[in-house]
Amino acid sequence: MKRAGFASRWLPILLLVPQLSIILVFFYWPAAYAVKSSFYLQDPFGFGQTFVGLENYSSLADSAEYLRVTNFTVVFTVLVTFFSLALALLLAVKADKVIRGAKSYRTLLMWVYAVAPPVAGYMGLILFNQRWGPLTELFGMFGWEFNLRADYFDTAFAMVVVSVWKQVPVNFIFFLSGLQSIPKSVREAALIDNRSASGRFWDVTFPLLAPTGFFLLIINITYALFDTFGVIDTLVKGEPANNPMTLVYKVYIDGFRGNDLGGSSAQSVVLMLLVLALTVFQFRMVEKRIHYT
Amino acid sequence: MAQVTLDSVRKIYPNGVEAVTPASFQIKDGEFVVLVGPSGCGKSTLLRMIAGLEDITEGALSIGDNVVNTLDPADRDIAMVFQNYALYPHMTVRKNIAYGLKNRKTPKDVIAQKVDEAAKMLNLTEYLDRKPAQLSGGQRQRVAMGRAIVRDPALFLFDEPLSNLDAKLRNQMRIEIKALQRRLGVTSIYVTHDQVEAMTMADRIIVLNGGRIEQIGTPSDIYHNPASTFVASFMGAPPMNLVAAEMQDGILSFAGLELPLASSMRGPVTLGLRPEDLIIDSHGPLAMEVELIEELGAHRLLHGQVNGQRLTVHLAKEEQVALGPLHLSCRVQNLCLFHPETGARMDGGFAFNLAQDRMEERV
Amino acid sequence: MADISLSTATPVIPRRRFLWSTLVDHAVLITGALIMFFPLLVMLQTASTPDIETMKYGPGLYFGDQLDDNFRKAMFEASGFSGANTGLSMFKNSLILGLGFAIGKIVIGMMAAYAIVYFRLRFATFAFWLIFTTLLLPLEVRILPSYEITQKLGLLNTYTGLIVPLIASATATFFFRQFFRSVPEELVEAARIDGAGPVKFFIDILVPLSQTMIAAMFIIMFVYGWNQYLWPTMITTDEGMYTLVRGIKRIVQVLQGGNEIPEYGRANVLAIIAVLPPVAIVIFFQSWFVKGLTESDK
Ligand SMILES: Nc1ncnc2c1ncn2[C@@H]1O[C@H](COP(=O)(O)OP(=O)(O)OP(=O)(O)O)[C@@H](O)[C@H]1O
Ligand SMILES: [Mg+2]
Repeated sequence: MKRAGFASRWLPILLLVPQLSIILVFFYWPAAYAVKSSFYLQDPFGFGQTFVGLENYSSLADSAEYLRVTNFTVVFTVLVTFFSLALALLLAVKADKVIRGAKSYRTLLMWVYAVAPPVAGYMGLILFNQRWGPLTELFGMFGWEFNLRADYFDTAFAMVVVSVWKQVPVNFIFFLSGLQSIPKSVREAALIDNRSASGRFWDVTFPLLAPTGFFLLIINITYALFDTFGVIDTLVKGEPANNPMTLVYKVYIDGFRGNDLGGSSAQSVVLMLLVLALTVFQFRMVEKRIHYT
Repeated sequence: MAQVTLDSVRKIYPNGVEAVTPASFQIKDGEFVVLVGPSGCGKSTLLRMIAGLEDITEGALSIGDNVVNTLDPADRDIAMVFQNYALYPHMTVRKNIAYGLKNRKTPKDVIAQKVDEAAKMLNLTEYLDRKPAQLSGGQRQRVAMGRAIVRDPALFLFDEPLSNLDAKLRNQMRIEIKALQRRLGVTSIYVTHDQVEAMTMADRIIVLNGGRIEQIGTPSDIYHNPASTFVASFMGAPPMNLVAAEMQDGILSFAGLELPLASSMRGPVTLGLRPEDLIIDSHGPLAMEVELIEELGAHRLLHGQVNGQRLTVHLAKEEQVALGPLHLSCRVQNLCLFHPETGARMDGGFAFNLAQDRMEERV
Repeated sequence: MADISLSTATPVIPRRRFLWSTLVDHAVLITGALIMFFPLLVMLQTASTPDIETMKYGPGLYFGDQLDDNFRKAMFEASGFSGANTGLSMFKNSLILGLGFAIGKIVIGMMAAYAIVYFRLRFATFAFWLIFTTLLLPLEVRILPSYEITQKLGLLNTYTGLIVPLIASATATFFFRQFFRSVPEELVEAARIDGAGPVKFFIDILVPLSQTMIAAMFIIMFVYGWNQYLWPTMITTDEGMYTLVRGIKRIVQVLQGGNEIPEYGRANVLAIIAVLPPVAIVIFFQSWFVKGLTESDK
């Protein structure tokens, strides 16, 4: 709060009412509803529900399918996060270095930020088309019979590639602005102290980018977990069958398609806990200050 | 125009910090009062309570004849100039100056006329259509002044208005502000931690320390008759020399200096000597070891030790000195004695009365 | 007297050394840019060639002349069952979603942030936590119950149901709170002494000061809203309510094709149109957008 805040009583309440009422109805209510439903078994034909305690959770723990999806989600998240961060960092460092055309490069490398994930997935469908997709043909030249949606590994591969393609620009923007905010004096000091460019990068630039990188790590994990829904849904054409899928996708499939509200809610709650853990971890790390302010 | 009265005004922040201990004083109509003190001593807090930007925890504040404790800042008939000027960055100079009048439903033509007048007074006429970002620091400062004066307030409040300016501009603006205040005759309270500003601008100075008022007085009062070691060391550059001395059987002794005083005090005291009251005198009682000579053009400062205690001497430019031993005497009538622990003034004006016959002497 | 001679020869300025590393930098960047651009090129190419060719040979090297025709089909001819599902109507819905979301979020967020930052509120801390907890859980994890509740409220296939639940998070509020806190304290104090009340201060000072921030937020939020997929997929079953991005799901199913030739051209035109407005905004207002994006994390 500002030290000389206004003292009016009703005005701030009036200002807060829209925000508060929307989040109460569309955030707290659904969240509570999810927690509650996770303890109930929904009759598939809509005739009421019975309290089953933790049964929904225990059947999740026993489900081989759920384990498989969890495993895939973990691998998928790690790959997407790693590659989109690494490629973006490479591009940002180069874009920060070049003098000529820096602005054009920025534009050319960031516009994909605005592409919706399902559209990215759709582009993937075209590029990886079984018969004539340009990328399928490219892989064919190396003797790799690429088979989107028929082969588990190939589909997973396409999902990672498309998700990374879509995410690199965001990371690029952040890394570039992080690089540009490193004070000129610090760079010049490094230039005097260290003659090797890669030495300067790892000793000075990289540590100074750590706060940005850590922030992006969280952003990217969240992206891989949640925002890739559109990519996955289009790449499997809405019919996952035996194809890989992420936890969020499974929540949707089980709850919306399978009408298993209880099981789906239990999965939602597990996801919520996961996100909360991630946030706590984030705050912890920030406290340990990877911050140089 | 108005007088300002504080009656045991106290501030305790919600976090429990007592920023201002109960303070009482009165500022006369048209007076220019400077609040001075080190950083964090509560100057801004006191000023902001007067402005109404901060709640008063206890006590009564009146402007004119009315207690204004609960009045909104806008209703207190005050104007304020902030350290960072607080100009509205998206408004032109003209709009910045006019904003307060506009909110008070002043007719348009009156506003225009007042803004023009103020601009002329402050040499801002050619900048009226610029935005603050396109002005120099000094010009911004003037706009902030303009915003204050168009309103014809009963009271001007300044919170370190010059501290963002360079030294030269600061000197110039100091004179301009003082002259303007003289001309308008508006009661003013001015916060600064710069003792030169305080000395040169004030009709009266209020010295604050740790939320407490140490002394209220005219600049010359504060300088020559400091109420405590704090005031003595805060006002004046270089500050007053404070050395440990001894009272015994009506004799004050420090190094070779022995001075009879009509006082029954005994034991250790703190002796205060202004640098300009120390004089080079080959027969003087104080033996000083000069360690550093600071050349300041118009005069010089000698830094050294007497009996293991640091001392600074103010020297006219024509006097010749060299590093090494030297003898000093001092002007007795300007000595001050302080309590060695509390730092409070002890001689209280009586100290040297009985030595009247020796007043003019150097000892 | 010594002769002082001034050298008149032009000093030799050493020529900038040709650096292989600079070449590598450019090569990396150009490759990156091409990879980013390649899918769009393929889309454009197929959108301009007859579907039959695409079906037979896949994307080719040359652009065709069918773009006009496919554009007309995509925008004005109905697909789907109801006939309401033209590209134009989807475009309109996308626009409503993008604008409604961005404006709603900014207005509500600014109001809430103003209340939290500039007022002495007894329950300010409580309100703050209530609002900022929403940053923790994205819509995706509570998607089903949100759907159920929206259904209970009778908001399926309405713009309200489409937009309002998406607004139920505090990103904009958080952003404006950060910004308001960075506005110098003295500004509100000066304004109060100048006789401005809370409403006047907000309208005369704070909103004009926030202009750049509002613009940046607007761009980010518009793109975010326009690109929504999961929520619109669940909430809109009426084809007249489809957005372009939601329509992708339909397109994909069309491509499954039966025996007919899949309408690649038309589908790709729709995909391009779904991408174009947000991309254009991001490119044109690049500096605002980048500023808004990178400053929102602090
Ligand atoms: N809003 C606040 N809440 C709690 N304590 C405060 C607050 N504002 C100031 N203080 C404390 O009150 C004391 C006096 O602060 P004040 O701002 O009045 O000092 P000042 O004399 O103006 O210092 P400076 O010369 O640095 O401006 C300080 O110890 C400060 O830490
Ligand atoms: Mg202060």
